[in-house]
Amino acid sequence: MDYTEKVLEYFRNPKNMGRIENPDGVGKVGNPICGDVMWIYIKVGKNENGEDIIEDIKFETFGCAAAIATSSVVTELAKGKTLKEAEKISNKDVVEFLGGLPPIKKHCSLLAEEGLQSAINDYRSKKNERNR
Amino acid sequence: MIYMDYNATTPTDPRVLEVMSKYFYEKFGNPSSIYEIARENRKEIERAREKVAELIEADSDEIFFTSGGTESDNWAIIGTSFALKNKGNHIITSQIEHHAVLNTCKFLSKLGFEITYVPVDKYGIVDIDFIKKAIKRETILITIMHANNEIGTIEPIEEISKIAKENNILFHTDCVQTVGKIPISVKKLGVDMLSLSGHKFYGPKGIGALYLKKGVKIETLIHGGEQERGRRGGTYNVPGIVGLGKAAEIAKQEMFEEEKNIRYLRDKLEKGIVEKIPEIMINGHPENRLYNTLNLCVKYVEGESILLHLDFEKIYASSGSACTSGSLEPSHVLLACGIPHEIAHGSLRFSLGKYNKEEDVDKVLEILPKIVEKLRKISPFWREKK
Repeated sequence: MDYTEKVLEYFRNPKNMGRIENPDGVGKVGNPICGDVMWIYIKVGKNENGEDIIEDIKFETFGCAAAIATSSVVTELAKGKTLKEAEKISNKDVVEFLGGLPPIKKHCSLLAEEGLQSAINDYRSKKNERNR
Repeated sequence: MIYMDYNATTPTDPRVLEVMSKYFYEKFGNPSSIYEIARENRKEIERAREKVAELIEADSDEIFFTSGGTESDNWAIIGTSFALKNKGNHIITSQIEHHAVLNTCKFLSKLGFEITYVPVDKYGIVDIDFIKKAIKRETILITIMHANNEIGTIEPIEEISKIAKENNILFHTDCVQTVGKIPISVKKLGVDMLSLSGHKFYGPKGIGALYLKKGVKIETLIHGGEQERGRRGGTYNVPGIVGLGKAAEIAKQEMFEEEKNIRYLRDKLEKGIVEKIPEIMINGHPENRLYNTLNLCVKYVEGESILLHLDFEKIYASSGSACTSGSLEPSHVLLACGIPHEIAHGSLRFSLGKYNKEEDVDKVLEILPKIVEKLRKISPFWREKK
């Protein structure tokens, strides 16, 4: 199976690339030996109801076209969402958004899910430390 | 379009296409038949056989037409292993062979043959001492490629064939990447068998040949009619064979002129990339390398990403990694050369040919640095490194 047009489009023009200085949470997932590494940075703010939301999100990725496209998509899906909503974003949502991924590239979407979760977890554990 | 993937396949030379075109409608006869249109085609096949033989300095009755490099490799390895199975069951090959050889050996190991995979140095040159030590009473065949398709490194075939001869072991070489590119003499190389493929030197796809030295004992692989003196069945691929003959004739005449031009372009490309892009690693042997091949690793980015960006610009190259073809492992060739996984993931191969022009090289040198910069900008390792 080849890449969908959408994968190629997101690979070619990814959104939210780069890093956030002094992020509230960082998720570092993947392994250079396997050829895919994703770092997801988040900045957390509050909405009108006082809930934690993802105010800003950026990524840095070393990897193939699927890795770059899924990084971009997961950041777009998460941006502006409450942490509770963002936590529910799964690799399936990412794959669906892209109109499918070649079977051998499915792990890239998992990496995107894990990267986001891990950034949220990082934020929470830092917050807990501060509150202790 | 800028095509720089000649090691994958070449466009068919229009002169080859022209001679082939007569053999589809006008001269379609089956050469194995008795009537005149068949007899004529039989003659054309023998003429093509002579031209192929001339290209590698063999006798024409030592040339057997096949469907291509893969079949030639399969036939040479399986055919001799089966013929010699009472003598022994040990085969020596290298870690960097093409999959046509590696997977054939893997198949034989399932049938009880023992395979030794000879390691290579950082340039991809096989370890001769390792071969000498690996030889034992049961060794029946050594198969080592002439030049590697990914990195272009040229192996010391003459030296290995001497060792094989001293030990009374058959020696096969996969010359798919060298026939038509550099002068080849089976006598000088001293090999018993040699595989070649038409589409790697401006001939058509689906045709190749196996050189079988007189007296080599081999079993048939493709069973059928009495074609190829009863050793390879199947209706003659007349257009393919005639095309291969024409490609061989052209290569013999024009090879040296082509080499000068292609080598100049490849060297310019290599020098330009190294000058314009930091952290580049050139793979393969600095001197003993095919003049058309440039394999390099771009550190901190992944090869497939670069290739797709090149593709958007209509520049066609390839990656050592089989990333999209069903494997996530980087190239077995680069790993055998000792290149770490994370660097091998960033490999790129440009293989040039006779239709490349200087403007093509200039264009790649203009576009590639921008692509690498863009990808490195989003690579966590690049920023960490800086």
